[in-house]
Amino acid sequence: MNAIIISALLGVLMMYMGFVTKKTRNYTMVAVIGLLALLASIWLDYVGFPFFQIDTKGMLGFNSFGLTFDLVVVASCLIYFLLSGAEIETFGKSSSDFYALIFFILTGMFIISGMKSLLILFIGIEIVSIPLYILAGSEKSNLKSNEAALKYFLLGSFSTGLMLMGIAFIYGDSGTFYLEGINIGFGALSSMMAIGLVLILAAMSFKVSAAPFHFWTPDVYDGTPTVFTSFMATIVKSAGFFAFFKLFENAFGSFHKHWELLISFIAVLTLLIGNITAVFQQSLKRLLSYSSIAQAGFMILGVYALNIYAKQGLILYFAVYSMATIGIFAVLAKFKDHSIEAFNGFAKRHPMVSAAMLICILSLAGIPLTGGFFAKYYMLLAVIKYAKVVWLAIVAVLCAAISVYYYFRVIQAMYFKDAETYEEVEFSKGFKYMMIINAVLLILLGIHPDWLFSLVSN
Amino acid sequence: MFAAFDNFPALLIWLPLLGGILSFTIGKEGKARMISLISSFLSLGVVVASYFLSNSNYLELNAVSYVWMPQIGAGFGFVLDGLTRLLCLLTAIAFPIVFLVTAKDQYKRSHAFFGLMLLTQTGLMGVFMATDALVFYFFWELALIPVYFLSSIWGGEKRIRATFKFFIYTFVGSLLLLIGILYVYMNTSDQSFSIVSFYNNTKLTSGEQHWLFLLFFVAFAIKMPVFPFHTWQPEAYEQAPTPVTMILSGVMVKMGLFGLIRWLLPIFPLAMKDYQQGLIIMITVGMIYASLVAIYQDNIKRLIAYSSIAHIGLMAVGILALKNVSMQGAVLQMFNHGINIIALWIAAELVERQTGITKISALGGIAQRAPKLAMFLVLSAMANIALPLTNGFVGEFMIFNGLYQYSPWITAVAGISIILSAVYTLNMIKNVFYGETVAATASFTDISRLHVWVFIGITIIIFVLGVYPTPVLNVIHQTADIILNRFN
Repeated sequence: MNAIIISALLGVLMMYMGFVTKKTRNYTMVAVIGLLALLASIWLDYVGFPFFQIDTKGMLGFNSFGLTFDLVVVASCLIYFLLSGAEIETFGKSSSDFYALIFFILTGMFIISGMKSLLILFIGIEIVSIPLYILAGSEKSNLKSNEAALKYFLLGSFSTGLMLMGIAFIYGDSGTFYLEGINIGFGALSSMMAIGLVLILAAMSFKVSAAPFHFWTPDVYDGTPTVFTSFMATIVKSAGFFAFFKLFENAFGSFHKHWELLISFIAVLTLLIGNITAVFQQSLKRLLSYSSIAQAGFMILGVYALNIYAKQGLILYFAVYSMATIGIFAVLAKFKDHSIEAFNGFAKRHPMVSAAMLICILSLAGIPLTGGFFAKYYMLLAVIKYAKVVWLAIVAVLCAAISVYYYFRVIQAMYFKDAETYEEVEFSKGFKYMMIINAVLLILLGIHPDWLFSLVSN
Repeated sequence: MFAAFDNFPALLIWLPLLGGILSFTIGKEGKARMISLISSFLSLGVVVASYFLSNSNYLELNAVSYVWMPQIGAGFGFVLDGLTRLLCLLTAIAFPIVFLVTAKDQYKRSHAFFGLMLLTQTGLMGVFMATDALVFYFFWELALIPVYFLSSIWGGEKRIRATFKFFIYTFVGSLLLLIGILYVYMNTSDQSFSIVSFYNNTKLTSGEQHWLFLLFFVAFAIKMPVFPFHTWQPEAYEQAPTPVTMILSGVMVKMGLFGLIRWLLPIFPLAMKDYQQGLIIMITVGMIYASLVAIYQDNIKRLIAYSSIAHIGLMAVGILALKNVSMQGAVLQMFNHGINIIALWIAAELVERQTGITKISALGGIAQRAPKLAMFLVLSAMANIALPLTNGFVGEFMIFNGLYQYSPWITAVAGISIILSAVYTLNMIKNVFYGETVAATASFTDISRLHVWVFIGITIIIFVLGVYPTPVLNVIHQTADIILNRFN
């Protein structure tokens, strides 16, 4: 509860920052301090000192899983602000508005993390989505950005509509919005429940850009200003998955057998489409948007398996996937040319940044000694543990092998190719150190992922 | 007295790791070179010392274990038993040789080159010593990454494509291995990755063993490589820089054979018996195929690459025959082959460096200009085709001995590949070293004193093991006993 209220207040504070100071540098500073405060308040909540006691009629409740998720979100967001703050500032005097929007999005995520009722789920997802539509269209002079915003808004509203319809069907059948009530009151699968479930599944798949509901992703990610794509593709996607997992665990867990085939179909389709399409991309930005679909395929395996390994693994996956992708996007945002060729010879010009970026890429590809390995490892473990489904794991690792193909094209460009002409890019000292810290964290999580797990299982 | 000594398997990981990181950060060529030499010789010293200090019980000697992730049953476990010790010795010998031979070579960004080489050594040592499946997998991958960078940065013209093919191949293999490991782990009675639990798991049904066997086998077969998983290899050997090729063909391919012995046969004995015949026939056919292809190669590097497929195939057959003598022979031969093929690569590298040519038909008469090089090359070639008195003879004789107990027919077919290996090796020597000198070799100069010393060292190993292999066999015979006991 701490987090929801404080982040909402921080959002309001950031909105009025424009009156306090005109220096854009200060906005980032205040936002970072705000995040640190948020981190501390969540930690206090975690160890048992909630500031606020509000009666929500049992619609909100926080457990260690949800709070760990909150911690991961805020930590990723901190890294995001520190790496990409300079790009947000380029939006000028109104850049504090964007920080405000991001804090509102965080509020929505915290609501999702505590949801115990379908209504709260709906409210949380809307609070996350609406500021996102604005962020997508934040570059007003750019037609592609406008297109992205409109596309995202129309399709997003449509999927929200589907979700509402699904919620209505489920309420009609079970007579309750509470997740636990739905789970307990479940006997045989009625047709109303089945329709509701499929509608919600479709809506959630849309939110996490799982195939066959992924078509909006490449265009929206490509059109959105790079700095906000970074946020959308990582932290927001994690929140979508958290909602997905929590909803299906708490509300539909007792009839797992009925939907597992459907969701394994979605997982396989997402893995194949994401990975195979990514192979043909020439622009790193588009490549990353397909890679985010591919990674989503792996995360869906966690929803499929729905056991303790999936729980721990998803938290780890959120953390390492967000850190790695934010790192790459932060470098990419400094470039005007988003093609992979723009990175030819990058390692010679900027050895430190490219070394850090290398680790991010290796982590996305799931190479051992980076956090990405254990994230994928836990998804596979969860799937194999759940009813010993090995064919799904084999499809997943073959797709992981395909992913190496396109991720390593970036490495090849950076390290093995030379460029005759290149775009001169400047990196500040702070940026370089932050990239290195990010990379070191990824490696630490690749050696001791259990530090994160102990938070989940407490 | 040697209480502290028990921990030293970890030393073989730390020495190259620290050396590698140091030479990365130091950034100066001379110092990086020095560090790599010192650290590789220290590793050699540690392994040699281990030979004198105790017996070699399988999976018992000098076992160390660190807590890593107890919740999931993974620990950093290492061991230096007989089998491991021989392979660590090979690794520890190979790296100083490589560093010495290339001591005069210039590399751009050489500190990174040496750093990556030492990290490769770390990975190899870890693979050989790991007693925990997750740690094994970790190092299995870690040995691959630096090699990928080494080959892609310092390799030949078509390096990026060739190395990438190599990487993708092995990566697919290792991911399948990972699934296999996870599945076995799920079925261990105490939910642990330790090799002891893997050996003594009883929950796997025969059906499960069969497909798990295939997952593991594909990973190892790609690494060895045996037919039909070999297509990455000739290109990768040709395009990688020669020091890396030496490590790849001398040491790294042994990872696959080692995997067979330690991580495949004892874990899935039921499946092994059913697949035995099919695999042996497949690999034997592959040996003949590789030998025939080698005969038609006009490129020294590709020739050695194909000859390596044939020889590795023979060792794999020796292991899969499940006979005591052939398994010992195969382990011994793993060591011998590593030494011999490194010697061949050194010769090929010296020829290429002076003439810039690897085409066999464009060379000739080098022996007139460089008698010392020719003499050493002939010696190591003899060892490679297993002439009596050389180390190769002992190993291959033992393999054939065991193979004959398994099936005389297979032995006869496999024997043909030995004859073929004599054909192409001698043919290569004749065309490159004897006959008339050509324009490219007219001004060939003989090898330097440093290289002579390296070759003398290799020659000593060749003959000592060819005449008196008993000390090595003493170290490994128990491995064979224990593993084969699981099949009775």
